[in-house]
Amino acid sequence: METAIHCEGLVKRYRDFAALDGLDLDVPAGSIFGFLGPNGAGKTTTVRLLTGLAQPTAGRAVVSGLAVGQDSLPLRERIGYLDQQPQFYGWMRGREFLEFVGELFGLRGATLKARVEEVLEQTGLTEASKRRISGYSGGMKQRLGLAQALINRPEVLFLDEPASALDPAGRRDILEIIAGLRGRSTVFMSTHILADVERVCDKVAIINRGRLIVEASVDELQARYAQPIFILEPEPGQSAALNALAQVLRTQTWVAAVTLEQGELHLVARDPVTASHALLPLVVQHQLTLVRFERGRPSLEEIFLQLVESSKVEEKEVVR
Amino acid sequence: MRGFTVMVRKELREQWRTARLPVVAIIFLIFGLMSPLLAKYMPDLIKSFAGEIQMVIPKPTTKDAIAQLLKNLGQFGPLTGILLAMGMVAGEKERRTAVVVLTKPVTRQAFLAAKLVALLATLGSGVVLAGIACYIYTALLFEVLPVGGFIASCLLLLLAVLVYAVLTLLGSTLVSSSLPAAGLGLAGLMAVSLIGAIPGLSRFMPGSLYEAAQSLALGQQPTELMVPLLSNLALVALAMFLAWFFFRRQEL
Repeated sequence: METAIHCEGLVKRYRDFAALDGLDLDVPAGSIFGFLGPNGAGKTTTVRLLTGLAQPTAGRAVVSGLAVGQDSLPLRERIGYLDQQPQFYGWMRGREFLEFVGELFGLRGATLKARVEEVLEQTGLTEASKRRISGYSGGMKQRLGLAQALINRPEVLFLDEPASALDPAGRRDILEIIAGLRGRSTVFMSTHILADVERVCDKVAIINRGRLIVEASVDELQARYAQPIFILEPEPGQSAALNALAQVLRTQTWVAAVTLEQGELHLVARDPVTASHALLPLVVQHQLTLVRFERGRPSLEEIFLQLVESSKVEEKEVVR
Repeated sequence: MRGFTVMVRKELREQWRTARLPVVAIIFLIFGLMSPLLAKYMPDLIKSFAGEIQMVIPKPTTKDAIAQLLKNLGQFGPLTGILLAMGMVAGEKERRTAVVVLTKPVTRQAFLAAKLVALLATLGSGVVLAGIACYIYTALLFEVLPVGGFIASCLLLLLAVLVYAVLTLLGSTLVSSSLPAAGLGLAGLMAVSLIGAIPGLSRFMPGSLYEAAQSLALGQQPTELMVPLLSNLALVALAMFLAWFFFRRQEL
């Protein structure tokens, strides 16, 4: 498969602090790639290095077949970039700003006008396009940011937390636009919102403290790190029986973890087959009446937390 | 310099739409109108306030009108230049609009050069309006001055103001917010004034341009023209080069 982004031992140090510590990464062309990590993990640093806004301390990166550097105009022709909190010239009108950006890409006349219309339509900004940007809401600015990033039909689109500041409706709209780019552009999307990744991304990489923890497709991750989860929701007013059941379950060898959340019992099974057979008899034994009994897959969020936590533990062990 | 023309158009629109250009033009115009008026009527004003005190005030001349213009714009011009230039790069870095622009196919030289053009346009329109107003009122109240010399005088005045603005622009590329950039601009203003006070070095500083400008406006041959002109042009070029040098590898 063709690679749109290739990173090799990418390091970014600020004095003694390594914001990025030897990142090796390959992003397939045409994919929507989720770059996940907690705050301060190195996501924005990576995006800044890949767009030439910052210089790596060591290592190299290739985007769309071109080596990344600060002076690389041919590279900038091929990419689109949406900043975490996109800012614009407030005195300009939305359409005017897009025309300005289009002109920077060499678009002129009818071609420019047509392309501006197209991205305005795509991002739902046609009506607001004659208004001054200073009067735009956060969501509208995010849409405008996406519109300007798309104006040159980029081969690779870098989105830094594209939906983190939006309300649910705004997030849905932005994610729909991103999903619509599948196969046409490679989208590199840094985020800490796992639901967004689950919704649109083909592949994810999880980064923590500047280091890559895992790189795989969402399904692969769920298959690789999944331990089945059983969820028991009892009828209200049975907390004593539920607590007693939880205590008993914690002593079972086939149980990895038991948690009580908002009146529900969540059980992570070490041995799913035995759990399937043994769990319900124990429920009956404790005379619990259930509203819901469910065997589920762990969410990406649960896998993410599991991986981030284990990377912290590994780091502590290395330090010792 | 890829993107230069597009950036210049954007900068000029910004100067107009954010009212910087009209405000500077109007203020400079007022200075242009006021300078010959003040020169002409100041002695009468002083006499009227003096009451019975006997005062001997020399009769105002054309030289006083020109000196008044140069004094007014010599004080207000550099401050205007500093105010205009302080946020030009630092403000864009602070608001992160520079990030939006510089991830597009635009060179950093073009980005900076467009700022210089914007400074020239705004300060230039101010000086032109001030010059026209001053010329007309001087002609009405005193005498008609030689046009060529007066235009040359205005150009020297513009260069002097531009030096301070470009020094601030250099400061604006070094820091990432407008206020410290203004501080660097004021430091530049003080440094230039201090160097200008050193005998032998003053001829290279913007202050020397005012002396030449006064002579030219009055149709006289300035004692020194080429040295102040070339040294101040070199100062602008050096400041722009340094701005580019520091900005070209700066991380955004």
